[in-house]
Amino acid sequence: MDSLDRKIIKLTQSGLPLVPEPYQWLARQLDISAEQLMRRLEAMKNAGIIRRIAAVPNHYKLDYRFNGMSVWDIEDAHVDRLGEHLGQLDFVSHCYQRPRHLPEWPYNFFAMVHSTEQAGVERQIAEIAALLGDYNRGHEILYSTRILKKTGLRIR
Amino acid sequence: MDNLDKAIINLLQDDFPICEAPYQNVAERLGIDVDELLQRLERLLQTGVLSRFGPMFHAEKMGGGLTLAAMQVPEQRFDEVAEIINSFPEVAHNYARQHRFNMWFVLATERPEQIQYILQDISEKTGLKVYDMPKKKEYFVGLRLPV
Repeated sequence: MDSLDRKIIKLTQSGLPLVPEPYQWLARQLDISAEQLMRRLEAMKNAGIIRRIAAVPNHYKLDYRFNGMSVWDIEDAHVDRLGEHLGQLDFVSHCYQRPRHLPEWPYNFFAMVHSTEQAGVERQIAEIAALLGDYNRGHEILYSTRILKKTGLRIR
Repeated sequence: MDNLDKAIINLLQDDFPICEAPYQNVAERLGIDVDELLQRLERLLQTGVLSRFGPMFHAEKMGGGLTLAAMQVPEQRFDEVAEIINSFPEVAHNYARQHRFNMWFVLATERPEQIQYILQDISEKTGLKVYDMPKKKEYFVGLRLPV
């Protein structure tokens, strides 16, 4: 990543301009050609710096009122294998292995699920629990009650 | 929100094209005029149905830092603590959750070492313990909310 990439990030981190030719518009701000800007965006996508160019919805406004962060205590020796498996479930939107903070926080595996009804989340959690079987030593669902902030990355 | 708004939301959650006239490309796929798409998109953003539309950046792939942190905030201090945390531009998301650990935020920084400084700063400014839970491994990321 060089200084031009950084300028592109700063210029687009709050969103793409809503004009018919957005990349031309951005290129003009940076005093480069639209082709050069598009090549840079493609390169950042290929490098994984840009996951994708897309709309980020507000869950609640789309009626997804039940957003559960399910957290699980899985034996360390098995968490990787099980994590790969659970990551393939179509209703799991994000899933990670994270460190425990004993004794207050015994959970090392996180899987996010979303539904328009609580029963939907509960069904999904039951499915995960069934797949984990005896490897699940305990779990909880932390429902979100409010979005306090949702800007995405902002570099200064 | 009508069916056309829903179709726009569904389509734009997937990859937006990098080409000369990308909105035109999307509008054609929806069978509408580009001006209508832009007007609808503007309204969806203004009303907060969409919180953002643009590149989704991955801080770690940029060479930066990323973590999830949790706190146990006393109810009567909740708003005050949220305000302190949200004042950091590096706080990308912050969610209230129903649990003893009731505040969960994501930090995304340009340089990895900033994570520790900011967590320390938040802990000092709030007087509360911050639990750092950086991912050890990512198995899947790909949120889509079909409507």
